[in-house]
Amino acid sequence: MKNIIISTFAIVIALTTFTSCNNSGKSGGKSGALGSNIAEKVYVAPGEYDSHYAFLSGGYSGNVTVYGLPSGRMFKEIPVFSQFPTSGYGYSEETKPMLNTSHGFIPWGDAHHPDISQSKGELDGRWLFINENNTPRIARLSLTTFETEEIIEVPNSAGNHSSSFVTENTEYVVAGTRFSVPIPQRDMPIKDYKGNFKGSLSFISVAPETGNMDIKFQILMPGFNYDLSHPGRGKSHGWFFFTTYNTEEANTLLEVNASQNDKDFIAAINWKKIEEYVNNGGGTMTPANYAHNVYNEDTHTATSTMKKEVRVVNPIDVPGAVYFIPTPKSPHGCAVDPSGEYIVGNGKLSANVTVHSFTKMLDAIKNEKFAGEAYGIPILNFEDVLAGVVNQAGLGPLHTEFDGKGNAYTTFFISSEVVKWKLGTWEVIDRKPTYYSVGHLTIPGGNSGKPQGKYMFAMNKITKDRYLPTGPEMEHSAQLYDISGDKMELLLDFPTHGEPHYAAAMEASIIKEQSQKIYKLADNKHPYAAKSDADTKVVRDGKEVHIYMTTIRSHFSPDNIEGVKVGDKVYFHVTNLEQDFDVPHGFAVIGQNNSELLVMPGQTKTSVWEPKQVGVWPFYCTDFCSALHQEMQGYIRVSAADSDTPIKWSLGEDIE
Amino acid sequence: MKKASIIMIIGSLLLLGLFKFPLWNIMLGAPQYPDPLGMNIYIEGIKGVEEFDLQNIDGLNHYIGMKTIPKAEEMWEFSVFPKVILGMAILGAVIGLLGYFEKLGYKYFIGWFLLMSVLGILGMYDFNNWLIDYGSNLDPHAIIKVTNPDGTPMSYKPPLLGFQKLLNFDVTSLPHTGGYLMFIGMALTLVAFWLGRKASLKKV
Repeated sequence: MKNIIISTFAIVIALTTFTSCNNSGKSGGKSGALGSNIAEKVYVAPGEYDSHYAFLSGGYSGNVTVYGLPSGRMFKEIPVFSQFPTSGYGYSEETKPMLNTSHGFIPWGDAHHPDISQSKGELDGRWLFINENNTPRIARLSLTTFETEEIIEVPNSAGNHSSSFVTENTEYVVAGTRFSVPIPQRDMPIKDYKGNFKGSLSFISVAPETGNMDIKFQILMPGFNYDLSHPGRGKSHGWFFFTTYNTEEANTLLEVNASQNDKDFIAAINWKKIEEYVNNGGGTMTPANYAHNVYNEDTHTATSTMKKEVRVVNPIDVPGAVYFIPTPKSPHGCAVDPSGEYIVGNGKLSANVTVHSFTKMLDAIKNEKFAGEAYGIPILNFEDVLAGVVNQAGLGPLHTEFDGKGNAYTTFFISSEVVKWKLGTWEVIDRKPTYYSVGHLTIPGGNSGKPQGKYMFAMNKITKDRYLPTGPEMEHSAQLYDISGDKMELLLDFPTHGEPHYAAAMEASIIKEQSQKIYKLADNKHPYAAKSDADTKVVRDGKEVHIYMTTIRSHFSPDNIEGVKVGDKVYFHVTNLEQDFDVPHGFAVIGQNNSELLVMPGQTKTSVWEPKQVGVWPFYCTDFCSALHQEMQGYIRVSAADSDTPIKWSLGEDIE
Repeated sequence: MKKASIIMIIGSLLLLGLFKFPLWNIMLGAPQYPDPLGMNIYIEGIKGVEEFDLQNIDGLNHYIGMKTIPKAEEMWEFSVFPKVILGMAILGAVIGLLGYFEKLGYKYFIGWFLLMSVLGILGMYDFNNWLIDYGSNLDPHAIIKVTNPDGTPMSYKPPLLGFQKLLNFDVTSLPHTGGYLMFIGMALTLVAFWLGRKASLKKV
């Protein structure tokens, strides 16, 4: 009998195996030879690394996301301009100052254009800069800790859009205003815009060692909309180029009124000349009010300082520093090729791509061949500066990047495609559809003198049917292309977080090697750090209670706390004593009105808790840290406001 | 005999490498530790391979109730071993020098080798005893208590030489640079003995 049962069982197993074999055979047959070939190009085997880092703007998420190429896998979201309850950024006492502005605490931002620091025109992988459009700010992120280290507010600006692009040696990170405004701000009729509003272009110096930012000068330009910008490089190093629209200076119904002129301008700024002027005392220090927020890695704490003045420069006071290059059809993207010779202006209402020549521009300036002037700024002749036109390339050109092999790649929003064309001959080589309505595109190192042109990815504004539907709201979508051959080859779709206006990418080697594993506890200079169990304590200071607490696998010290009263402001200063890679501890207490804390090894973070009810309340570790993570918990006793329960704390024994 | 004596001097001086390089190395890898933790055993004390390895090994070992890795001052061995090694290196060099000037015969070379071997075996025996104590003298209140199939408490003694699996850890214990220099040095003194013997046989 037993034998029969066993053999029946054996037959069932055999059948099951047979059937499942059949199934897997079927699903394998779906992809053809070509499909598997493409799959291999993006397949990064488990445990292996991607070849490139990509840093995508999170757009209205206010943050930056870190991706790997070619897999399209997301590794991290770095909080920059928005509060981030995952880690406590913008909620913890240490990081709240990062989001301070002249308008007070701002919990959200609209991140736009990330750019990696450069040395000698090549990406050096030290910092990532990104602009906030809504409440104008520039942030600097460390690419060793992958954290936001500094945020500077940009005064006299509104819609900080033609930002945050760096010069060839990261001398400056540049921020231009999209919306012109009264400078200084004042109460005046909106209809008096024309001739009265101004657009500021800010040159923010970057200290070579620390990366610390300081507004060196602002150029007060006519009241146009300064849309995007790129630095000159190589032969055009020392210049900066900004596209403009609304040279009509309309203040209402811009979609019509700002589209009347056949040509707007690219503003060419000789920043070296203005720098020299400023270094010799030029410009005017004017009253301003803007926040400068710096995170200190040793104290693990940010400070916010309000700055009270800024140097402004009137461009007509510096002859030969600023020119306007007429560029058709409300140009949006502004790109400079790796040699620095070609300045590409993408007229977004056009079918053509306009390319200007830096050499011709210098000639025209030398020969003083001007077509006129606007507010005292010379306007060059379109034909004198024109290098070439990529004719009928597509509809609605937006942005251009380069592969370093003499080719340019332009996105076309309206016709939803990327077009590859040749510099110099202006012929279209290839075109590939995007899905759908592409905005920016990125080639690793694309905004530098040395692009690493193996991959290109297009960041699209509309997703529609690309993924399993998720209701009305969907993540945006990106497409990765192989650009190593003559023709572009679509490799991969991957969803992106927020709205990735632009991305900066580079080969992984430099950043991978420098990526930090822990913060050294010995270097922790946080004033409320407890660097060992012996340092833990609970101190009452009036209505404030400061708890110096430590975490190590798998306990809090102290884990029993008494003497807190309703109405107290309780500061949990949590120091993670771990010195082991990837062992963060979390901290959460019931009724916390802000967010949890996620504390990295060697770090101290502080959460304020204001208990409103009498009771004994638990706190616990939120990050599954160890086999005894579930045991990592504690209790805090809250007594009535008028009680006389003494402050006491303990670990491993009863509190009395 | 001159050649033999020079080799004897070189061989015994190679022991001094132990003051610079680790004698032994124990690496602990686990699924959660793809970059293994490691300790280098010097004659003057134990150091982590990476800055925080010892702290992290101790941190993990507290779950199974192991004592922390001893500091140099907590074990007499770390003050005695350097003296013994220095003494043997000087003794070997002196024997070699005297051999060079024909004051001593080649048999002293093998004598040094045998003495060094006896001391070495005693040292290894002592080291193994410490490993046994470290791996089995556990805190009775340990968080995790693992028993062998026969009910006896599991020992976490790392292997003296070679590889062993201890729970989730793959433990590898091998000589390190200083140890290899010592072995080469000792082998050279054997060569010196052999050359010295050959030279003296030729003379006769």
